Amino acid sequence: MTAAVFFGCAFIAFGPALALYVFTIATEPLRIIFLIAGAFFWLVSLLISSLFWFLARLITDNRDGPTQKYLLIFGVLLSIFIQEMFRFGYYRLLKKASEGLKTINPDETAPSMRLLAYVSGLGFGIMSGVFSFVNTLSNSLGPGTVGIHGDSPQFFLNSAFMTLVIILLHVFWGIVFFDACEKKKWYILLIVLLTHLLVSAQTFLNPHYGINLVSAYITMVVMGIWAFFVAGGSCRSLKLCLLCQDKDFLLYNQRSR
Amino acid sequence: MLTFMASDSEEEVCDERTSLMSAESPLPRSCQEGQQGEEDGDSAAQWRSQESEEDCEDDPDRYICSGVPGRPPGLEEELTLKYGAKHVIMLFVPVTLCMVVVVATIKSVRFYTEKNGQLIYTPFTEDTPSVGQRLLNSLLNTLIMISVIVVMTIFLVVLYKYRCYKFIHGWLIMSSLMLLFLFTYIYLGEVLKTYNVAMDYPTLFLTVWNFGAVGMVCIHWKGPLVLQQAYLIMISALMALVFIKYLPEWSAWVILGAISVYDLVAVLCPKGPLRMLVETAQERNEPIFPALIYSSAMVWTVGMAKLDPPSQGALQLPYDPEMEDSYDSFGEPSYPDVFEPSLPGYPGEELEEEEERGVKLGLGDFIFYSVLVGKAAAAGSGDWNTTLACFVAILIGLCLTLLLLAVFKKALPALPISITFGLIFYFSTDNLVRPFMDTLASHQLYI
Repeated sequence: MTAAVFFGCAFIAFGPALALYVFTIATEPLRIIFLIAGAFFWLVSLLISSLFWFLARLITDNRDGPTQKYLLIFGVLLSIFIQEMFRFGYYRLLKKASEGLKTINPDETAPSMRLLAYVSGLGFGIMSGVFSFVNTLSNSLGPGTVGIHGDSPQFFLNSAFMTLVIILLHVFWGIVFFDACEKKKWYILLIVLLTHLLVSAQTFLNPHYGINLVSAYITMVVMGIWAFFVAGGSCRSLKLCLLCQDKDFLLYNQRSR
Repeated sequence: MLTFMASDSEEEVCDERTSLMSAESPLPRSCQEGQQGEEDGDSAAQWRSQESEEDCEDDPDRYICSGVPGRPPGLEEELTLKYGAKHVIMLFVPVTLCMVVVVATIKSVRFYTEKNGQLIYTPFTEDTPSVGQRLLNSLLNTLIMISVIVVMTIFLVVLYKYRCYKFIHGWLIMSSLMLLFLFTYIYLGEVLKTYNVAMDYPTLFLTVWNFGAVGMVCIHWKGPLVLQQAYLIMISALMALVFIKYLPEWSAWVILGAISVYDLVAVLCPKGPLRMLVETAQERNEPIFPALIYSSAMVWTVGMAKLDPPSQGALQLPYDPEMEDSYDSFGEPSYPDVFEPSLPGYPGEELEEEEERGVKLGLGDFIFYSVLVGKAAAAGSGDWNTTLACFVAILIGLCLTLLLLAVFKKALPALPISITFGLIFYFSTDNLVRPFMDTLASHQLYI
């Protein structure tokens, strides 16, 4: 495993997230703080789910065999429930913080809920991706041969692509989730939870990477389109943006002249 | 904690072990001095020379003013909050940089994870057969270390109270000399050994000499703000590396916990040494030794570029003793310090003034944050999740501390919340999350 694998997988997994961070978040201090708070919330949810898994393992006395596998599956499903719960908790916290900021600073525009949805989704996603992948990445720098015992040699690539899709999915889930909470459409929360469970459950199919990755990416594209429309986009605005005829682009060009 | 008091004690402590940054310069070199300079009748100079104790007494209004702020309280609060997020980020960046340097060194240079003896402040060994004995030894080590720190702090407060400035300054200079030259030399040597790079002695001496000399000038005299900040970050990192190397495992964790408690007590109790130091400095209208304080001043020039002398009468410089962090090396409490430079008294001109807002954090905080994260990185299992979890926990603790600062507007210790979060997350991630994530990663399951 070489430096090429390391850098390649690192950029595949974290490149888009880094670009999103640099272009949308790094310039505003408040957004950075909300991003890190989102990452912290995800971390706490992971902590609690690890605690439950650990206790479950203790209760079953660490017996080997299929029990461990079932415990793991149980741990994964529970973790997803807890993550979505913490996403809801973060939404409540942001709502309170938004109101607080508005009363104190009436003239200054506090970030809108849509922006906070995006930032929190990205925070969750980055933390989730980093925790899933960073140990694997650091191992890829060391010596070894992938798949020497008959496993797939595409281990790193698969992990990198999976990490990427999880990060982007968290962003889209965040946007859809917060919007559903704002509009009080609770069934959408259930849909988000179900898609999260679906994507995660598909990873149980590993190492049959093909089906797993393809369906995860399809889910991501669907969620992406949904999030785009939920965030206020439309086909027309997309066309204008792509043809460089949208208002912001024109205004920006005029200003620079 | 950011207070001038702390700096004194830090100096003391530093001398014991390593020379830490001497917060000799009464003021950080920043544009803030320009503001005060005008009050002194100088032109808006950017650099202010540090001439040791005379300056301290000549420029009582550096950034501290015991006067009452001229603006109405609502406005002040609004302005504080308006710049609150920017202040937080101004502290996040140096803290992150320091931690990155420490973690990068720990992960690559073997020297700092090898056990090569202990400091005299932790005489009890941890190589004992039983767990109980080991725990007892680490508790005793902690007791000795904390009592050394307490004694040093009190000594510093006494020195400061009796105005022995020359003594303090001399000590600070000795400390930073040792840190900038000796410890840099050792660090450079180990890094070169790790990467198997050959360097001849003349080049080495030239490099270390230049590095150290410029560092002394920047920290104790004048220099560009960015360079001063960079030097302070580097010496905090060096100090933290020394602690990581020489503190035994369990003692380090107990010491971190004990230091946070001490920080809390020393800053908030009425008779706490740090609080007394802050109050003494306030009474005398003197700045606290800034050599041990990291300051990040920012200047916004929205309208007028310069304040005219007549309007300066209306300028107020409220002194916030909240930010003082002085114990760089020994975890003396640090308070984040927010200062608000002068603002015109009348609201009409708010937007057209040169505003300078700086945040100060003591170097002791940098050091102990980096020790926590570095110990997490050195923890033998090669796990990055623990390091990242501690990093996020410390940043969130710092954020909460600054929020409390904005609410309470008084000196607050910066160590307790962050270190508590850091410790909780270290132990829980290491014992609970790591097995979970490792099992998931080996089966390539994603949550």
